[in-house]
Amino acid sequence: MNASSTVVPSDEFESELADRIEIPAVGAELPFDGLSLSDAPVTLDPSPAQLREAVTGVTGSRLGIASLGTVAVESRPEGDEFVALYPEQHVVVVRERDIRADLSDAFGWIRSEFEAGRQSFILATGPSSTGDMGELVQGVHGPEHVHIVIVTDNE
Amino acid sequence: MSDSSRLNADRIRTLLETESDEIKENTRLFNAERYDAVDGVGADAHDRNRTRAREIKEEAIERLPDLIRRTRDAVEANGGTVYVADTAADANRYIRETLAEKDADSVVKSKSMTTEEIELNDALEAADLDVWETDLGEFVIQVAEEAPSHIVGPSLHKSREEITELFEREFDPDESLDSAQKLTAFAREFLGERIDDADVGITGANFVMAESGSIALVTNEGNARKCASIPDTHVAVAGIEKIIPSIDELEPFAELISRSATGQDIPQYLSILTPPVETPTIDFDREDEPAFGNGDADRDFHLVLVDNGRRRMRQDDDLRETLYCIRCGACANSCANFQSVGGHAFGGETYTGGIATGWEAGIEGLDVAEEFNDLCTGCSRCVNACPVKIDIPWINTVVRDRINRGKDPGFDDLLVDGLVPDEEASGTPLRKRFFGNFETVAKLGSATAPLSNVVAATGVARKAMETTLGIDTRRDLPTFERTTLREWAIDRDTTVEDPVRRVALYPDVYTNYVRTERGKAAVRVLEALGCEVVVPDVGGSGRAPLSQGMVATATEKAENVASSLLAYLEADYDVVVVEPSDLAMFRREYEKLLPAEQQERLADGSYEILEFVYGLLENGANPDALTAGDGEGVAYHSHCQQRTLGLESYTEAVLKRLGYDVLTSDVECCGMAGSFGYKSEYYELSMDVGEHLAEQFEGAVDERTVVASGTSCTEQLDALLSPGTRHPIELLDPVNPAGR
Repeated sequence: MNASSTVVPSDEFESELADRIEIPAVGAELPFDGLSLSDAPVTLDPSPAQLREAVTGVTGSRLGIASLGTVAVESRPEGDEFVALYPEQHVVVVRERDIRADLSDAFGWIRSEFEAGRQSFILATGPSSTGDMGELVQGVHGPEHVHIVIVTDNE
Repeated sequence: MSDSSRLNADRIRTLLETESDEIKENTRLFNAERYDAVDGVGADAHDRNRTRAREIKEEAIERLPDLIRRTRDAVEANGGTVYVADTAADANRYIRETLAEKDADSVVKSKSMTTEEIELNDALEAADLDVWETDLGEFVIQVAEEAPSHIVGPSLHKSREEITELFEREFDPDESLDSAQKLTAFAREFLGERIDDADVGITGANFVMAESGSIALVTNEGNARKCASIPDTHVAVAGIEKIIPSIDELEPFAELISRSATGQDIPQYLSILTPPVETPTIDFDREDEPAFGNGDADRDFHLVLVDNGRRRMRQDDDLRETLYCIRCGACANSCANFQSVGGHAFGGETYTGGIATGWEAGIEGLDVAEEFNDLCTGCSRCVNACPVKIDIPWINTVVRDRINRGKDPGFDDLLVDGLVPDEEASGTPLRKRFFGNFETVAKLGSATAPLSNVVAATGVARKAMETTLGIDTRRDLPTFERTTLREWAIDRDTTVEDPVRRVALYPDVYTNYVRTERGKAAVRVLEALGCEVVVPDVGGSGRAPLSQGMVATATEKAENVASSLLAYLEADYDVVVVEPSDLAMFRREYEKLLPAEQQERLADGSYEILEFVYGLLENGANPDALTAGDGEGVAYHSHCQQRTLGLESYTEAVLKRLGYDVLTSDVECCGMAGSFGYKSEYYELSMDVGEHLAEQFEGAVDERTVVASGTSCTEQLDALLSPGTRHPIELLDPVNPAGR
């Protein structure tokens, strides 16, 4: 599927992320406490030119679906949608505790988010792809490669 | 044959020569992937999703006016605008005016069949707007100035080489675009620039959720995401039937749509958006400023809900189901005829495949539906493929009936009215009446056999039949037996002591007049297994007239069958049926033709012959009474309608139990499908479809007996391979086993 993942404890998160990022890179600040992109080699709030030039885009996701390899890209003022869509590599940070078993569990979460007023999500599964040009090609209007960094709690 | 039919034959031949290879490869791949994906999730889970999706759609269409109101309230509360357009022109006018207010001069679009339906691109281009399709398949079609050939893959009739040639001619790139990767890279860059510069993004909406005013978009490329988020203004265009109540109802569709379409468990991107979204606006004119250009524009959202005939369809008891369609294309992919000719034959102005007849009849009119309606042979392979359980063959039959009735009666009709009295309105074409009244032809042919067979086979007669009825001279005609199965059965002198079951063997038209051997074998097998067998005096099931869209005649036949067979069922007989298409009538189509109680009684009390034999053996009947296989090889082709009913496995199980080595075909349909392959304009298509089946059996026929459950399949296999195809029941015959 041209997608991969690694599992790291939170104290190794920053070094793992640095290994995964090919610069230039852009990011949208992560949507959870205790993990931040402020020390990562990414440009937050990038300019349009930086967005276009970036090889990697880093976003966080509050939803992973184990059975499908799906993550949620949220529509947030931090610009997750652009960061996740323009660069050829998308690096997604997911906390292990936010991974749901299957689509049915994920919909339970989505319904609760809807009730809380957060109502725009893209369930993204692997890289952008097309078969319209005669064979399967990845990286069309979206990323060509997706890497998911799963962060576990420290023991 | 009429001129229009002849044109049709040419058109089909041209498509078989030009587009067929690509269409076949792509649709068969989608179809195979769908089967794998359904296996992956489990047939039961898949069917639960289908049942739930169907319920949601039934209720949503029932409550549609209320859901439209609630959608409007929610979208407006979110800060967007809803416009309900009565017609295509109305929708186009609203969108054009909205764009003019924005001073827009460029538009990027994500794939939307609804905008194809209303011909939005033409309307926008006429207003001097620069319009680009961003889905790569749609982009190819736009550049080629063609119409989509498939609901999901608009350009899947084009090979990579053809796209290379097209792009190199149109865009004159610096280096050759001679691979899928290079083509994709070129399109990405070309369209990427246009998306970044566009004033307005237009998308469809796969689902609209009334309660929150959200839309769901399904894409693999990510272009819908870009069209919805990069331009400040987003216009979503959707048919009014796309509304479901809330996010709660989206789940089964999320499970079904990609699995049914392409065999993916979930699309690459399932966007659930409640516009205006919180993604900041982006300003490429200030490309060095942080925060995406510090754009201060507001996001603007318009939802255009298109009626264009849909409210009328909602009031129409037969077309209503069409509105449950979620545009997955599974009906097209599972259709053997579609696999051969694609949507440029099997489709109308917009929609393609099995469900296209319903859409085109509802939106464009019967005249558009008529152009391709006859390509549906009623094989029913799309029935289980449809994620919302739409009875697509029934819609096609009803539309065929309406087309028949809409015709002016000609001289031929006045003539035929006297010869073959049926229940149809005058105007039903002569040929349809001939095939629809095949039972009358068979009675006459049998009564005058063998002379009738000799006469019918002469060159003069064949030529005359081709001219008046369009019966292709290349297809062998059925040979009528002088002694019918029923006459043979009455004259027999057998008694089964202390029978385990009493069976009324249904003498369908073919078994009674043409293929009597399979009927005799059925009687002998049932008796050998301890059953008392009668062959009742009962007429045709109505399958033949129904195939021709002659619903009134089919209903009359159904009523006659019910009154005869229900008496046997009351007297504790089981009804056993040899011809699968007739059993399919009892179990499926009679739901539409008979009172529910009668239909259910008949459906519950009737069995396919090998299904019944399986049951007898399971209940202790002695298989030694039948002819055993002793390892003999069998190449078995089930029947399309039999497979739809899930009955194929009984034949396989019985043959295996009796020691046969069974190789089963897995093509959707043999291509003959009743009268279809006899018709001059469809003969070549029928043979093209049959090739797929022949290829599967080609290597096996020397060592294996070829068996088929259906009459049409038998005739087709005889034409494709070599004569000698048997019904499986004939192999088991204790007296005259076939293939020995």
